[in-house]
Amino acid sequence: MLSLVRSMWLIFLHMFHKRETFQYPEQKAPLPARWRGRIALTRDPDGGERCVGCYLCAAACPVDCISLQATEDESGRRYPEFFRINFSRCIFCGFCEEACPTYAIQLLPDYEMAEYNRQNLVYEKEDLLINSEGKYPGYNYYNIAGLAIKGKDKGEAQDEEPPVDVKSLIP
Amino acid sequence: MPIIHIDNKPYEVKEGKNLLEACLSLGLNLPYFCWHPALGSVGACRQCAVKVFKDEDDKKGRIVMSCMEPVKDNLRMSVDDSDAKSFREHVIGWLMTNHPHDCAVCDEGGSCHLQDMTVMTGHAYRDYRFTKRTYSNQYLGPFLNHEMNRCIQCYRCVRFYKDFAGGKDLDVFAAHNHVYFGRQQDGTLESEFSGNLAEICPTGVFTDKTLKEHYTRKWDMTSAPSVCQGCGLGCNIIAGERYGTVRQITNRFNGDVNGYFLCDRGRYGYEFVNSKDRIKAPMVRHSPAEGSNGIPLMQHIRSKIVSKKVIGIGSPRASLESNFVLKQLVGADNFYLGVSAADHSLVSLALKILQQGPVRAASLQEAAAADAVLILGEDVTNTAPMLALSVRQAVRRIPVEQAINNVHVPAWQDAAVREAVQDSKGPLYILNVLETKLDELAKGAYHTAPDNIARIGFGVSHLLSDKMPEVTGMSDQGKAIAQEIATTLKNAKNPLIIAGYGSGSEAVIKAAANVAWALHDLGIDAMLTFTVPECNSMGLEMLGGHRLDTAMDQVLHDAVDTAIILENDLYRRLNHHTANHFFKSIKDIILLDHLYNPTAEKATVLLPAGTFAESDGTLVNNESRAQRFFQVFTPGTDVQESWRWLLQAGVATGNASLAGLVHLDDVVSAIARTCKVFAGIDTLTPGAGFRIAGQKIPREPHRYSGRTAMQADVNVSEPKPPEDSDTALSFTMEGYRGTPPSAMIPFFWSPGWNSVQSVNKFQVETGGALRDGNPGKRLIAPNVNGHTPFFTQVPEPFLPLAGHLLLVPLHHIYGSEELSVHTPGIAERMPAPYIMLHSEDAKRFQVAEGYLLHFIENGHHYTLPVIINDTLQQGAAGIPVGLPNMEIAEAPQLIKI
Repeated sequence: MLSLVRSMWLIFLHMFHKRETFQYPEQKAPLPARWRGRIALTRDPDGGERCVGCYLCAAACPVDCISLQATEDESGRRYPEFFRINFSRCIFCGFCEEACPTYAIQLLPDYEMAEYNRQNLVYEKEDLLINSEGKYPGYNYYNIAGLAIKGKDKGEAQDEEPPVDVKSLIP
Repeated sequence: MPIIHIDNKPYEVKEGKNLLEACLSLGLNLPYFCWHPALGSVGACRQCAVKVFKDEDDKKGRIVMSCMEPVKDNLRMSVDDSDAKSFREHVIGWLMTNHPHDCAVCDEGGSCHLQDMTVMTGHAYRDYRFTKRTYSNQYLGPFLNHEMNRCIQCYRCVRFYKDFAGGKDLDVFAAHNHVYFGRQQDGTLESEFSGNLAEICPTGVFTDKTLKEHYTRKWDMTSAPSVCQGCGLGCNIIAGERYGTVRQITNRFNGDVNGYFLCDRGRYGYEFVNSKDRIKAPMVRHSPAEGSNGIPLMQHIRSKIVSKKVIGIGSPRASLESNFVLKQLVGADNFYLGVSAADHSLVSLALKILQQGPVRAASLQEAAAADAVLILGEDVTNTAPMLALSVRQAVRRIPVEQAINNVHVPAWQDAAVREAVQDSKGPLYILNVLETKLDELAKGAYHTAPDNIARIGFGVSHLLSDKMPEVTGMSDQGKAIAQEIATTLKNAKNPLIIAGYGSGSEAVIKAAANVAWALHDLGIDAMLTFTVPECNSMGLEMLGGHRLDTAMDQVLHDAVDTAIILENDLYRRLNHHTANHFFKSIKDIILLDHLYNPTAEKATVLLPAGTFAESDGTLVNNESRAQRFFQVFTPGTDVQESWRWLLQAGVATGNASLAGLVHLDDVVSAIARTCKVFAGIDTLTPGAGFRIAGQKIPREPHRYSGRTAMQADVNVSEPKPPEDSDTALSFTMEGYRGTPPSAMIPFFWSPGWNSVQSVNKFQVETGGALRDGNPGKRLIAPNVNGHTPFFTQVPEPFLPLAGHLLLVPLHHIYGSEELSVHTPGIAERMPAPYIMLHSEDAKRFQVAEGYLLHFIENGHHYTLPVIINDTLQQGAAGIPVGLPNMEIAEAPQLIKI
């Protein structure tokens, strides 16, 4: 008998506690930046696509829901000709983000992806690309990689010496 | 067999090997870079360090490079020793100091030996924080991409390109830590074997440029074991597919055939599979077949076959299965071999010689071990490129043997052996109409007309054996040459005689046979190699059928209603006028082919036939080795194997001889049953019912990606994966992950070994045969105890005829083959049409270099720009054969100017 009264009293007290329930969708929960939600493709500081089409995200994906085709533009930069994520398969594990050597693929704190039609969960590159550098501002893969592209020749990347003069014998 | 102790465990190993080979053969993981089973050791990279101990009590030991240390009985060594391990880790750390941060955009990534070895040594983090050396790249032509920053200075590229393949335009430049591997200046790599650099290079300095156009990682490709269609040698390849197009051809090791290498035509000639000129749907009178006149396709075909006079024209570039089913469909009496008159005569003669003579056909690896070589009328670099690579090795055999005996170094001590050998060469004699790339290696190279080559050949055979006919009226020079060659061959143990379709002359082939047979009579273990024009020329000839010219006679006598043409462009087999006439006189043409070509224009019914990548089948190479190739992917269109189309036609027409044949195994066993020559081809590979541990063999690696997204743009619900009812391979990544039977290895991969170097794990010993034997089966055994049918008719010497020229065929590795020219890179390197004349002849016809020579042959006008070459015999004119814009189908022939 006493325990019943005690329980009722405790529940009564909860009326005066701070609410844990969010009145979604009018009210939204604040999410940490590292929340693993919707996947996006970010851009370089200069606005170029960060993705170089290395296929590592696709290989890392445990449900094989990423497919892409790499190609190269006239300036020597690799980019994905198409990049497709089937979100109806995605388990938001974040392995793709971990595998990405260029910080291109990032998981965002956005979870509002419900669709009535499953086909709408297939995102193409246009749907995935965002106009932002995401969590890693300032990073530009080609500034570090030894590959020459237009506007950045051999020896102009970070910590690179100018190209070797093959005809020189000076030590 | 010596016993060595590795980490205190005794192992029995093979004598004469080095420790690295011994360890790898035992299945141990020991990292290496500069060593390659085909190139030997130089000890340049310092990566394969192990510790060797003096005896059981020696606890300190010393670090040695395992690739430079021979196997000794009771030797004690350690791979796992901590000093050796940290030495290896440091070495790779140093090698990586300048390696660029670009694996993500490197085409080698995922099949990179450097990645594998770095992981194997445990060098996981870069300690080096200073600046990196960089290099500028070079343009190396349409086949290879150059990225020098990735170089780790192992020297494998120059050792292969210069030392092994005889290339001249790739070298190492500069000094100390600035060494540069490239050309003296930008330009196309000239060697026909340059593509191998992509596999030889342990990292991404040289990568496949055609792959870069549609880049796919190795783990993402659906691959299948296949056989090259580029020439008659039948090199083994692996073809990889992604998103419905073929992406890359890589070498598939076969210890009897191509070993570790491929030629550039074979490696890059695959792009016709992806061509926009592909026939993708059946057509009836140039409109889509389904619903044409409201009649189903098979009814169209039925109406053209049933109660009609039908002939079938086979093809030397179609599989044995397709040719066999066509022969059954139309009946043996109505089956014609779709090859030109010259090719028919030459290949049937070569087949007769191999079947009836006592001398065996040499495999490519046997050819590489010959100690004397005589080439009659053949520019092997252009007619059978990989044979040229074998000849290059054969020329080194005697000097290397001498070096081993005199200097006492083992054969794998590559640098020491080369130092001892210097420029000395074994005997090689070349008789050809023109200079060839191999001339530089030859003891003697002589250039004259085909008939004169044959006469010298006959002269040699007469000097070897009195049974052979004497050649009368030979010039003193000819006599001297014959004498020199005869003496050399007599002193050899395994001489090799090479002839074939290159010269277009039967007399030359007969002369080659006579020489080989005469040597055999003397008790010498001679070998014969005949080159054949196409991948299944030999198989087609063994299957047997009438000559194409007799089909022409039939058609002209109005006795034919329908011709079923299998994977063949008759405009390449007959001259333009005859072919036009043929198509005009025949009512209906049913053509099965891959690409739109002039013959396809004439077809009433056009059926899309699968290329090697979309078909299963068997090919027979020039030494009569039958080899199976497997379908790489399901095309998703109406494209299917020719034999399947023809089987369906058989069902539609109620053909009794094809009743009950549905799958590949049915057709193969029907061939083995009906044709005695093909006995045993049903055991080339395990049948469709074969399973290991209850599982099929997957065509896709376990890391294959994108399965649930590849087709999601079409429909988010994944379709059922295609099933392979013909073979024991599956089109998925599910299946048995161990070593498959040697004939069905879809890709080389082993844990920790992602690159092509993992082939070590599939061999009985490094560089040896694949486990459970090299794939393929030789169908013809030499007829040792029979009567040798020597040829007795010596041709007359060639004399220039006033007002006439003898057209001799000139073959080009890039251009002479029909399908490979659809690769843009190969088309780029193809010569323009020309006619080659001796300067005296040019004077005679009042033309000079670059002028257009006009002549009429068979009512057709030809105009070709003139090239002058004085090596050519006077009275002969060289014309390139098989080039897309050349219309002359018959060479050799005498033409009037």
